[in-house]
Amino acid sequence: MEHLSWLLPESFSTFGQEIDRLYYVILWITGIVFVLTEGLLVLFLFRYRHREGGKAEHSHGNTTLEMLWTAGTAVLVLGLAVASTSVWHHVKRNVPEGALEVIVTAKQFEWTVTYPGADGLVGTDDDFNQRNTLNAPTARPILIHLRSEDVIHSFFIPEMRVKQDALPGRSIRVWFEATEPGEYVIGCAELCGLGHYRMQGRLTVHATDAYQDWLEGAMAEAAQ
Amino acid sequence: MSTTEAVVQTHLDEHGDHGHEQSFLRKYIFSTDHKTIAKQFLFMSLFFLLVGGILATMMRWQLGFPSQPMPGAGGFPDTMAPGGIILPEFYNSLVTMHGTIMIFFAIMPLLVGLFGNLLIPLQIGAPDMAFPRLNMASFWLAVPAGLLMLASFFVEGGAAGAGWTSYAPLSASGEWTGVYLGQQLWLLSLTILGFSSLAGAVNYITTVISLRAPGMTWFRLPLTTWALFITAILVLLAIPILTGALIMLLFDQTIGTGFFRPEVGGEPILWQHLFWFFGHPEVYILILPAMGITSDVLANRARKPIFGYHAMVLAIISIGFLGWIVWGHHMFQSGMNPLLGTSFMISTMAIAVPSAIKTFNWLGTLHRGDIHFDTPMLHALAFVSMFIIGGLSGIFMANTPVDIYIHDTYFIVAHIHYVLFGGSLFAIFAGITFWFPKMFGRMMHEGVGKVHFFLTFILYNLVFFPMHNLGLEGMMRRIYDPNEYEYLQPLQPLNTFISVAVFCLITVQVLFAGNFIWSIFRGRKAGSNPWKSNTLEWSVPSPPPHGNFDGMPTVYRGPYEYSHPDAADDHWPQHLPPPRGGASEPHPAPAPSLAPEGVAP
Amino acid sequence: MFARSIPVRRLTLMLATAFLAAGCGGGDDAGDAGAAGGGDQPAESSVDPATAGSLAGTVSFTGTPPAPRPIDMDEEPVCAEKYTEPPTTQTVLVGDGGGLGNVFVYIREGLTGHTFPTPEPAVIDQDGCRYRPHVMGLQVGQTMRIRNSDGLLHNINSSPTENRPFNVSQPVEMDTDREFRVPEVMIPLRCDVHGWMSAYVGVLDHPYHSVTDTDGSFALETLPPGDYVVEAWHEVYGVLSQEVTVATGETLEISFEFSQEMAGNPVPMADPWIVPHSAHGLR
Repeated sequence: MEHLSWLLPESFSTFGQEIDRLYYVILWITGIVFVLTEGLLVLFLFRYRHREGGKAEHSHGNTTLEMLWTAGTAVLVLGLAVASTSVWHHVKRNVPEGALEVIVTAKQFEWTVTYPGADGLVGTDDDFNQRNTLNAPTARPILIHLRSEDVIHSFFIPEMRVKQDALPGRSIRVWFEATEPGEYVIGCAELCGLGHYRMQGRLTVHATDAYQDWLEGAMAEAAQ
Repeated sequence: MSTTEAVVQTHLDEHGDHGHEQSFLRKYIFSTDHKTIAKQFLFMSLFFLLVGGILATMMRWQLGFPSQPMPGAGGFPDTMAPGGIILPEFYNSLVTMHGTIMIFFAIMPLLVGLFGNLLIPLQIGAPDMAFPRLNMASFWLAVPAGLLMLASFFVEGGAAGAGWTSYAPLSASGEWTGVYLGQQLWLLSLTILGFSSLAGAVNYITTVISLRAPGMTWFRLPLTTWALFITAILVLLAIPILTGALIMLLFDQTIGTGFFRPEVGGEPILWQHLFWFFGHPEVYILILPAMGITSDVLANRARKPIFGYHAMVLAIISIGFLGWIVWGHHMFQSGMNPLLGTSFMISTMAIAVPSAIKTFNWLGTLHRGDIHFDTPMLHALAFVSMFIIGGLSGIFMANTPVDIYIHDTYFIVAHIHYVLFGGSLFAIFAGITFWFPKMFGRMMHEGVGKVHFFLTFILYNLVFFPMHNLGLEGMMRRIYDPNEYEYLQPLQPLNTFISVAVFCLITVQVLFAGNFIWSIFRGRKAGSNPWKSNTLEWSVPSPPPHGNFDGMPTVYRGPYEYSHPDAADDHWPQHLPPPRGGASEPHPAPAPSLAPEGVAP
Repeated sequence: MFARSIPVRRLTLMLATAFLAAGCGGGDDAGDAGAAGGGDQPAESSVDPATAGSLAGTVSFTGTPPAPRPIDMDEEPVCAEKYTEPPTTQTVLVGDGGGLGNVFVYIREGLTGHTFPTPEPAVIDQDGCRYRPHVMGLQVGQTMRIRNSDGLLHNINSSPTENRPFNVSQPVEMDTDREFRVPEVMIPLRCDVHGWMSAYVGVLDHPYHSVTDTDGSFALETLPPGDYVVEAWHEVYGVLSQEVTVATGETLEISFEFSQEMAGNPVPMADPWIVPHSAHGLR
């Protein structure tokens, strides 16, 4: 059976690799712990299985050993937590300067993307909308003001390692910077009603200069 | 007459069970006997376990064979599956009701209702619960709650379809789902069930504090009772939060308030905070008793004292505490302030420590043991090995950056099933097979039990392990047909494989059901102590008479004195007095006292 | 604040069902069957054709209508393939002769004391990711047969104010039957999967309704003689009405005239939007 891989699909955003690296660190650590603990379990089950006339050792524990593995676990997991805070803050809090801005509005069951018009600013009169299609350049961060008109949706671009719930009544900032031109999928990851499974959009990443061409074309089309 | 005996006497008088025949209704239906109530919870929960399983089968049919007519669904109403094709809104109801029924009406009443009722009085040496009538009320509140939940399938608009977490505003107005009455019945049902759980919790806490037999000090309590005691405290504190939130949501649905509806000034994320503030302690409500059962079964079947008893107790208590400050890890991507995400990640990582302690201590218990592979032991070992997987996969999601990718994918579906099925349910099987002789006076069939175990264990892993991989491929949870996404289309063979494995897994449970029913009537007669156990429930006949103990037992030692060098046998029951002038006590017994904490009866 | 709340009736119903379920061990659809309309339907109309008259006429449009907007169906190739010309919105359809299409013309007042048999089911087809027809009339209790000819997911989300709302989905090619129990003009239908899909249904307690084609013509036949209020409804331009007297054996000719200026007064309709209560984080 294929697709039983524990590798992540390739990522195409700048912070994607940082997230993937953390994943692989955890995969290694948990993998080793898994093999050790399950291995010991199986070993003990075999080694100490009941035999005729056998008797168990009467022991209530070993305080030193218990202290050791308690401290070991604590150091390991808390270390992991501390090591990942910077990536988390990078992804969720520190929006880079000079990002291109759009508004994405979720509703049952579509994503409406609002692009800035000629003035380059969103939230002004010359904005134009596209349904289910987000366009972005490479090598420039894109900042999305994520909103919802009805219920909670979750804006998920697997290959960009982006996921953020869209909340009605709020505007949440989401950003990413794509590294490769291409077509990517936008999905909805939060149950939002009967069409949840069909709430699909497309992300088109253009090469940096091709993006400007696309933008001008789209603006001209919207102005008609 | 000591105070203890006075209490016992009061209880027995209250029951009026000195040779008097009770009416059928009082004995089997509206019984106040904790053992009967335990059995009532057992039968009710097994029924709901079956219902939850059937719902899962239907869900998996759609995922395995998308939009093909489901065999046997021809008679379904057109609002559910016209021509046997499951509709997306019905699928959402299946998702919602599978989760709700399994968590609230199967696993929770099995662990808390069944084992709490059966074991607490017996293991602490009490004649019954502190409040037997409240105990009866607890069960008879759960029944209408369950019926309401089932009834919601048949009302206009169908059953609730906003997920078992019922995130507002999807759940706050039928406008978004087409489900009005179904969602309201869901809310009403869980509100009623909350009162049932509260009645149970108050009872368990009072009973453990005030009705322990002389010599049953806190650190001589079996770990199952310890776990159930801490669980009861969690229930007592967590359920009111849920009930409050449920009533607010019910008001949003019915009389137009706007607690969670932003268009009238409400805040959707408030629901999530309230729900998970309850919901995370709930997770531990569902796993702590399972840990307790596993500890008892492991020590008994390895004929060895539990490794690090005090650490085990402290781990239970600290999980009980830390469980309150980790709820935000369900909400990393919810729009909550990312700084909070960091704090919740650290507290979540901290709770991994007591869980790890327990796992290592179970391994320590097996080390140099004399391991008997009976059915209960196999299930308990399955709990340990599956809990390791569930615990380790939890670390991925506790890590905020990694959670960005795997949040709300099949990875979390795999995780929750490794904890709740691989964990709780295997422990429940261990508990049922272990205490079956105490409940019904007969043993379950060992051969059938083993076959059931191995098939369940293998099929269970075939079903849920690949779900990790589905999640890593980016398959979202709760989607009706993944093929709508081109990148998920190659996963269809795997989804079909999982579905077929689910059908087998459910079918195999016929072995358990058959064994269960057959053994009640035809099983080998069990003596009072078939497992050669130390704890008090095994010192009385199987099943124990009304009032449990013939007089008041006195406890002389801890519950896990297996293979003690000074004992004649490889077990040394808690109630046996030490040989006169003989061996030294492992733990010196304090003077027998009913209320060591100063609780006046 | 309580504007869009559920009627108290529903709460009572819920409690009633709760007790029913608790008492009998099972739930039942205690819906409001027979509350209005349904039930005893006569086999024949009480209108005598021998004494009846008729109404006929046209709906015309003056001014420059807005150009139909194209619909981008790229994401649904199955639907896009059904068109040779790029599909457009059906909102304002003006024929070459100046007739206005998709106008719902019906008897609003004046029909009392008559009974009518329930007509055969009326089909509304989702074909090419559009509703066909875009505007339709139904009689109370008449089956609305919702058809999915596209074979991909459509949902039919109705937002009536008088009738019980419903939201059903059709993931594959199939028919789903629904009916309305109280007269209501007009009930909006929409598909949430395809934001451009909308339709309107007028529900009456009699069969006298007609939807115009782009030639603007309509006809209401076999009307009992009497005084009536006739109304013409359009989703953008609102309503026009006039009082008429129908006599035995006559066909009365009337006309309605909509104009572009009336676009400012659309018919009030349930609005499902939520306006975010703040736009913080934005310039």
